[in-house]
Amino acid sequence: MSLDDWQLVVGLEVHAELATNTKIFCGCANSFGDEPNTNVCPVCLGLPGSLPVLNRSAVEFAARLGMALECTVQPSVFHRKNYFYPDMPKDYQVSQYDLPINADGTLELPDGSVVGIERAHLEEDTGKTTHMGGGGRIHDAAYSLVDYNRAGVPLVEIVSRPDIRTPEQAQAYATELRAILAATGVSDAKMEEGSMRVDANVSMHKPGEPYGTRCEIKNLNSVRSLGRAIRYEMERQVQLLESGERIVQETRHWDEDAGRTRPGRSKEQAEDYRYFQEPDLVPVAPDDEWLASIRAAMPMLPAARRTRLAAQTGGDVDVALVVERGLDDLVLEAIAAGGDPGRLLVHASNNLSAGAGELSARPFAELSKLEATGALTATQAKTVLAELVTAGGDPAAIAATRGFEAMGDDALAAAVDAAIAADPEAWEKFKAGDRKVTGFFVGLVMKTTKGKADGKAVTALLDARAQS
Amino acid sequence: MTTAQQIADAVRAGERSASEVLEEHLAVIDEREGDVHAFNLVMRDEARAAAVAVDAGDRTGALAGVPVALKDNLCTRGIPTTCSSRILEGWRPPYDATVVARLAAAGAVFVGKTNLDEFAMGSSTENSAFGPTRNPHDLDRVPGGSSGGSAAAVAAGFAPLALGSDTGGSIRQPAALCGVVGLKPTYGLVSRYGLVAFASSLDQIGPFAATVADAALLLEVIAGHDPLDSTSLDRPLPPLVSGLGDGVEGLRVGVLTELVHAEGIAPDVRRRVEAAAEALADAGAKVDEASVPAASFGLSAYYLIAPAEASSNLARYDGVRYGLRVDAENTAEMNAATRTAGFGPEVKRRIMLGTYALSAGYYDAYYGKAQQVRTLIIRDFAAAYDSFDVLLCPTSPTTAFRLGDKTADPMSMYLNDVCTIPSNLAGDPAISVPFGAGDDGLPVGVQLLGPALSEATLLRTAAVLEGALQ
Amino acid sequence: MAARITTDDVAHVARLARLELTDEELVLYTEQLAGILAHADDVASLDTAGVPATAHPLPLQNVLRDDVVRPSIDRDEVLAAAPAVEDRRFRVPAILGEAP
Ligand SMILES: [Mg+2]
Ligand SMILES: [Zn+2]
Repeated sequence: MSLDDWQLVVGLEVHAELATNTKIFCGCANSFGDEPNTNVCPVCLGLPGSLPVLNRSAVEFAARLGMALECTVQPSVFHRKNYFYPDMPKDYQVSQYDLPINADGTLELPDGSVVGIERAHLEEDTGKTTHMGGGGRIHDAAYSLVDYNRAGVPLVEIVSRPDIRTPEQAQAYATELRAILAATGVSDAKMEEGSMRVDANVSMHKPGEPYGTRCEIKNLNSVRSLGRAIRYEMERQVQLLESGERIVQETRHWDEDAGRTRPGRSKEQAEDYRYFQEPDLVPVAPDDEWLASIRAAMPMLPAARRTRLAAQTGGDVDVALVVERGLDDLVLEAIAAGGDPGRLLVHASNNLSAGAGELSARPFAELSKLEATGALTATQAKTVLAELVTAGGDPAAIAATRGFEAMGDDALAAAVDAAIAADPEAWEKFKAGDRKVTGFFVGLVMKTTKGKADGKAVTALLDARAQS
Repeated sequence: MTTAQQIADAVRAGERSASEVLEEHLAVIDEREGDVHAFNLVMRDEARAAAVAVDAGDRTGALAGVPVALKDNLCTRGIPTTCSSRILEGWRPPYDATVVARLAAAGAVFVGKTNLDEFAMGSSTENSAFGPTRNPHDLDRVPGGSSGGSAAAVAAGFAPLALGSDTGGSIRQPAALCGVVGLKPTYGLVSRYGLVAFASSLDQIGPFAATVADAALLLEVIAGHDPLDSTSLDRPLPPLVSGLGDGVEGLRVGVLTELVHAEGIAPDVRRRVEAAAEALADAGAKVDEASVPAASFGLSAYYLIAPAEASSNLARYDGVRYGLRVDAENTAEMNAATRTAGFGPEVKRRIMLGTYALSAGYYDAYYGKAQQVRTLIIRDFAAAYDSFDVLLCPTSPTTAFRLGDKTADPMSMYLNDVCTIPSNLAGDPAISVPFGAGDDGLPVGVQLLGPALSEATLLRTAAVLEGALQ
Repeated sequence: MAARITTDDVAHVARLARLELTDEELVLYTEQLAGILAHADDVASLDTAGVPATAHPLPLQNVLRDDVVRPSIDRDEVLAAAPAVEDRRFRVPAILGEAP
């Protein structure tokens, strides 16, 4: 079997819960992790006689996302998608069908590739079912319990075109979409909590031939699982195809522990959802003024942030990470305050996590200057930075308190020579070319100089001594 | 008979107590309810407490002390609301319908929940899980439906006012058969919040009363914008009661040809419509023949649209959250066992019909087509209203028929609604007002139709007909 | 004019609607639905080319609610109405298939 003969085609369907205060059609709190069946009312329980009223924020969030994805934001109507399921209180889902609020967009990935967006429509979430007995899995469960707190939480379903060609591209798409959802405030987009859920439609075909039959992969709880599941599915499908079998169109579930997908519902008999326009709701047609106000509230998107940061730092790979962590504004402010762009970017990508704590732009800039002028070594700077994050303060003062005056060349040389003398056996190994002992010597020097030495300078001196 | 207005005035003036009024009505109920079976539930205790509160001055308003009967598809907090279906037997809603809340705020005293065809599907109130209601004018005959219990309650003097719901004629047809006034308001005028849905784009709540003035009084209380109903109109309602005596001088009245000559209109009913036209002409109206060609297709379009919406609206009765459950091995089988045991044959028929009309391969031929016909009906009515202020036609093709007469053949039952359905499809208001009797001596109602929000015109026209009889 | 409805069609819609029919009911309902649909054939055969569909009698749009939390209803009252409850949740028998 050779995967090289086959072309992967992936389209992704992403459901994201909108970060509204209330549910899409009622005033119940949209809140994760509450006591079961506490955020419920006649509307979201589908009680007889209840009627939905659309949440303005849900529309605005959806439109904001549509704009971020370069979609046409258009007049839309709600339909009912009819099927029985116990987590769905009305036994129909209110969703959008032929007239979604957002259509025809694009998502540009950090590598420059572009994935088409077919639509991004509004719909309501279902309740949450817990399967009891049989190890908690639906197929073996003795019975199930339903909590309707999540029923009626607003969702936006983002359907990509089948433009994705590699597992890595699928992962990059999910990562970028998550970043956009978070940056726009539309969703907290946490895959672990289920506020962002990714389904992948995967098929394989030979280049030049029509697309193959696709399988829909569900239960992908992380970007990592998405990549693993697609890779697994590629192998599985190619194996079948090369042995002359056909792919059955079906839903498959990713089993993270077993590292494989398992068959679910067959889609051979297409469900008959009997879509029809929801008569209890009226169309939504945002006018120009409303759309303009939504556009005006649009924050800067990750792609633009990356471009901006790259332009000011000359960075490349690190830039995406820094933007993802939300540290680009801090870095740019520090540059504006005279900081060293290269050192700032290195710290933001290697030594800071998503929250920069007590660190503010001016001390950050000062720190990078001390480092650039050689007043502090990289190791010392890292120590000072850690303290700035936890407690704030003045970098120079912190360095002074810790005795981090720059080490003179003579003192460093003396420390290196002392280390060599301390373990002649190790030094013979080093001289013989065993670089594994480098770390031992550097550590020794760090210890005797109390971290004042610059690791790189120590290595250079060791090399020089070995040559001579 | 004492009217609601007279009761309200007397209670307000302190001439009569609400409790005294209530006991009089409860006495009538005690006497005849066993025969008529207008109610699924008589709310004696709650009504007595409400009347006491009125007498204590704790409850005031336009209807303080007036007994009102509620169709049993209107949600009443803590009070069983069954829709005359086994599937909801014993269910107590945790909330009040908006109309119920408005009536309560106006001081009304609820005497009971009235019988109906299950989920409002029917034209005779025979499709009730709790047995049929009988026509107070002749106990062998049906009261019409689906709001037969409400119509019978007013006709029998159990309450001067009642609420019904009208999806294809379910207020007007029983009003006609029971000899009372029944009005279906403009779609969106009265909030549907808390009305258990049959067909959402057609359902409207409206009043029953013995007199036109009382119907106007009740409508004024229940009408108005409700933020809980997205399809509620946000427009001020023109006053209804104050203009009732304004007459019809110069009013352009069209006798609606297609419906006067529709399939199955009995000659005695047609003669009453002609008499009504004469009465209006005598009162100064300009009467002429009017045509709404697409109205002929109303029945067919309705029996695709209403069941389609119903098939979806009634999916929620699945045995999971409330109401009946029939246990089974798995959830899908439990859903099916519950629904099979809980729904009666007419409801099942319509659910299947609607499911079919929406299903893949048939949508365009049936549901989609019916929606286009709905457009034609709206257009044709709009054109007629260029020339006429009010249209006149029968309400029901015949007077009240005998119990069991039309239960075997669904189509014969459906034909009862041929004259009432077009207004529901158009979303326009219509009123049925008693206008004499048929050859069998039973009441005949004539129907007045008007454009959206013409309730005031319809009511004052009906008042002229009411006056012409006396 | 659409093809006449068959017992297979009725069995299919009954399945979709979660209704069980006996063999006798299947035949009876098929006859009755055929009768109703035959009456609807006047609509099905009408030329409506170019006529827009009306889903709703009101020309309303943009009816919206402010995103403000309103009190939910009492859980005990909600659960008291349920046929079966366990651990503050609605209990249902085994679910055979996953949601579509
Ligand atoms: Mg979806
Ligand atoms: Zn709610």
